[in-house]
Amino acid sequence: MANPPMIRSFLQVAATEEVAQPLRVVQIEGLAVLKIIKHCKENAPALVTGQLLGLDVGSVLEVTNCFPFPIREEDEEIEADGANYQLEMMRCLREVNVDNNTVGWYQSTLYGSFQTVELIETFMNYQENIKRCVCIIYDPARSNQGVLALKAMKLTDSFMELYRNNNFTGEKLREKNLSWVDIFEEIPIKVSNSALISAFMTELEADTPVTQCDYDRLQLSTKPQMERNVEFLIDCMDDLSMEQQKFQFYYRNLSRQQAQQQAWLQKRRAENNARKAAGDEPLPEEDPSNPIFKPVPEPSRLESFLVTNQISNYCNQINGVAGQSFSRLYLMKALQES
Amino acid sequence: MTGGEQTVLQFHPSSTSVSAKVHPVVIFNICDCYVRRPDQAERVIGTLLGSVSSDGTVDIRNSYAVPHNESSDQVALDIDYHHNMLLSHQKVNPKEVIVGWYSTGFGVSGGSALIHEFYSREVPNPVHLTVDTGFTNGEASIKAFVSVNLTLGDRQLAAQFHEIPLDLRMIEAERVGFDILKSTMVDKLPSDLEGMEASMERLLSLIDDVYKYVDDVVEQRVAPDNKIGRFIADTVASIPKISPGAFDKLINDNIQDHLLLLYLSSLTRAQLGLAEKLNTAAQIL
Repeated sequence: MANPPMIRSFLQVAATEEVAQPLRVVQIEGLAVLKIIKHCKENAPALVTGQLLGLDVGSVLEVTNCFPFPIREEDEEIEADGANYQLEMMRCLREVNVDNNTVGWYQSTLYGSFQTVELIETFMNYQENIKRCVCIIYDPARSNQGVLALKAMKLTDSFMELYRNNNFTGEKLREKNLSWVDIFEEIPIKVSNSALISAFMTELEADTPVTQCDYDRLQLSTKPQMERNVEFLIDCMDDLSMEQQKFQFYYRNLSRQQAQQQAWLQKRRAENNARKAAGDEPLPEEDPSNPIFKPVPEPSRLESFLVTNQISNYCNQINGVAGQSFSRLYLMKALQES
Repeated sequence: MTGGEQTVLQFHPSSTSVSAKVHPVVIFNICDCYVRRPDQAERVIGTLLGSVSSDGTVDIRNSYAVPHNESSDQVALDIDYHHNMLLSHQKVNPKEVIVGWYSTGFGVSGGSALIHEFYSREVPNPVHLTVDTGFTNGEASIKAFVSVNLTLGDRQLAAQFHEIPLDLRMIEAERVGFDILKSTMVDKLPSDLEGMEASMERLLSLIDDVYKYVDDVVEQRVAPDNKIGRFIADTVASIPKISPGAFDKLINDNIQDHLLLLYLSSLTRAQLGLAEKLNTAAQIL
């Protein structure tokens, strides 16, 4: 029996592989996790970034290594230096057989305040060059509570399309059915280690009944975190109300303009009627030169969407911290009673 | 009695460093480099970065591999690569300087003296770290050495590697959680509450252990140990004495504070949800 499908040209294979699977999981090596933590922690509370290297395998994005960026300066010359640094680092790492494929970047954050326009811009920049990229966000402040605050984020496809066209008017958003929930997408993280590292860790570190993690988790004082969270929440609320004011202003302007247009139209019609009665040509009912016909620019909704995202993020964090402290408080109570 | 100075055969303990501390990220990096070593290479070597504290303790915080070629009697190190990488690393963290070098394999090998000499020119008293990735003795041995010169007067006769105490600082790794770093694959990062649960379970089992021990001692099944007894006494005493009324008030106040915050955040979320619904309702119009 002939078996023609077995023989496929390279081109055909390439064409079939082209169907991109959606990104499901980010698989990160323990080495990369430790490097990110080291870099972010050393520079905290300053926010730092770095590049992630790895492989793109089907629906899994493997992050096998990373390197830090120097703290960014505004100076042009130093910026060019930064690009050189990046190339140099990539070249050097390739020489020792590290995966030489950029898959995204990482950055540190303070209590989860990362949803900014800059992040979106950076993401779009990366997206231009790499089809599938991811942003890993690490929160050193939250990690002190004994949580590994590592998150992998990407922008959703529908949002990226909208962002490319820079269309954030109410109409477009309605058309796409896009709300603030659909901007960022969190991707589950897997951690993998090579067998060698696993062997070393098991050998070097016997099972201790208590770890530093437990101490951090059972820390009773949560006031500073709560305070910071609420503080940020209040800031966000202010921002949101500012955005709303902008919007109200826009609507007021719009309705005023529409009223003016109506008034003008009526006047023109009355005039036309008068002219018709007199047997003259009617005047056109539109006058583009008139300033009242100039459309009022609609403010972008992007900012308010981002602020909304932030708010919900802080709410989640408050819930998380409160939930933890409830368990701690009841634990304390039980201890005191026994 | 020592004779004329010129004829004394003596060791120059050229080092002031008494011990070394290694951060887990260095071990991870070395293992990763070893896994990714070029075909037919026996071992990988590389540079260690970190700082030397005033009391001579070497804090090894970072590392990078340096490509090299090794034959029976000579070692060729890619010095250009080494310098480029050093420059790049210093851009990010100027505080980290060269403190030594590492090599995989068991203990010190033949070519090591040559490489050590090279690093001695870069920095005084480099530390040589060996990581036994082959598990030669059936155990993971990580050792640190410094070089000690054997001199006859002014002439240098030989160099000898002396092992120095090594402290594996795992605090960083502890914070991440060994569970994540030990196994080859972790499917999901533990969330806040799951971590909390695990911690509490561990605490509970520890308390159970203490109960069991105390019961055993009381019933004379186990010989009492004063030290353990004192530890337990200290632990029990560390719970602050507060009158039940004051304690209840404290706990209740705290719980109420948190409930209020929880309520506020839920309210905010409800508002956000409502706003979104209103937005979608506006779409239909």
